[in-house]
Amino acid sequence: MNPANRAKTLRIDRIACTGQGLCGELLPELIDLDEWGYPIVKDRSVPDHLRAHARRAAAACPLLALHLDADRT
Amino acid sequence: MNATTDATPNSSALSSPAHHAPRLLSGLYATGVPATLAEHLRHYGPSAPGTRTSPMSVVEAVEAAGLTGRGGAGFPTARKLRAVAERGGRAVVVVNAMESEPASRKDEFLLTVAPHLVLDGAVLAARTVSADTVHLCLPRTRAAQFEQLSAALDERRRARLDPVRLRLHALPHTYVSSESTSLVRWLNGGPARPQGSPPHTHERGVARRPTLVSNTETFAHLALIARYGPDWFQQAGTPDEPGTLLVTVSGAVAAPGVLETAFGTPLDVILDRAGGRTESLQALLLGGFGGTWLSAEHLQVPLARCNLAPLGAAPGAGVLIALPRAACGLSETARMLAYLAANGARQCGPCRFGLPAVAEDFAALAAGRADPALLSRLLRRVGLLPDRGACRHPDGAAQLAASALRAFADDVDRHLAQGACAAAHRPPRIPVPPAVLPETWR
Repeated sequence: MNPANRAKTLRIDRIACTGQGLCGELLPELIDLDEWGYPIVKDRSVPDHLRAHARRAAAACPLLALHLDADRT
Repeated sequence: MNATTDATPNSSALSSPAHHAPRLLSGLYATGVPATLAEHLRHYGPSAPGTRTSPMSVVEAVEAAGLTGRGGAGFPTARKLRAVAERGGRAVVVVNAMESEPASRKDEFLLTVAPHLVLDGAVLAARTVSADTVHLCLPRTRAAQFEQLSAALDERRRARLDPVRLRLHALPHTYVSSESTSLVRWLNGGPARPQGSPPHTHERGVARRPTLVSNTETFAHLALIARYGPDWFQQAGTPDEPGTLLVTVSGAVAAPGVLETAFGTPLDVILDRAGGRTESLQALLLGGFGGTWLSAEHLQVPLARCNLAPLGAAPGAGVLIALPRAACGLSETARMLAYLAANGARQCGPCRFGLPAVAEDFAALAAGRADPALLSRLLRRVGLLPDRGACRHPDGAAQLAASALRAFADDVDRHLAQGACAAAHRPPRIPVPPAVLPETWR
């Protein structure tokens, strides 16, 4: 299958993340924020209809700490 | 410390499976002193492979034996060996002797009494995964051990025993510097702080090469499996968790120290072997500062994964701390949490904010100055520590805090309603290192 069409999974680089909180604002369906602005991932797998939102959230992270991984299967 | 001294691996233990016969420590009990290379070889015989066993059959023997890592996580050692071996190319082996857990002494003890058993295992592992170098990582605080191991390595060099390079290192001593990625990062010239993944250490570790990092004790078991075989290994322990493990017993027991026991041994039997209780106990901390409090009603539980899992506990790295009734479990926990909070790498959210906040809440609870919202806030914050860092440091702290709130639930109510108990004003019972920031990561 074309990698672009594979199911996507959220991954956060926990060391790079400084709790700016943009991901939680751009992708509230999948990401909550704790009291310090750090992400709480509610569901790592990205449903198809949220894929564009997830991509935008990843691109918006100022620390580039949010990643969208293509599943290996 | 007491133990049977009659069975040695190359005599009676091979024919008659004495359940609690020491293995890693049998050399010590036979001679009473730390083993030189000559004594080690006399006692255990020569390290097997190179002569009749191929590298891959070491993996098979370890797999058939069912050896799991003895550093705390309990990962199957054969899978780790295979993952590194299958990457191909020159690999690296790292012996993790950092033992940062403040209540653990087993790796230090094992390296003191049987250094060559550990080194045999590390060299075997290196041959198995096609590594040309073994890095032995010790905490900088153990200078005497460093000297002793330098001498042991010299002995092996003079005997031309090993086909690989053995290098000894002294790393900064902090709680998280024992994390496998901390070792890799330090060996690569960086700070001894956890790295996070990907890439995984077995894919790209020291010098960007596939790297096997395992606990000191695991290598010693590997050396014995290569000598005596998987069937011998499985004569001790349970069918699910074969073999023996080293445990460090401290607290309210008459003879605190390190001893070797089979998986499946009831916790109270282990306490008896450590001289027995000196006071009535209210709880046992299993697994150390990142471990689980078990109230005294669970003392008959066997030290085995399947028996401990329903209680939210695991054998871990074999740390047992017996807490007497006269102590305040909440105050002891608060001091441990303060230490863990100070020792975080401060790289991820949970260690920068979550863990220090939990430690502060817990200190207020222990001191009897809780505000009305404290308990619900503490539970929420503890629940947000696991799975949100680059390493498992916050997860361990959460385990300690959550299990304390369960095991000392009555004390929690009393502290909330009436302030600190009388025991909270007495001197602490569990030694905790000062809660200060690490001086250096390099």
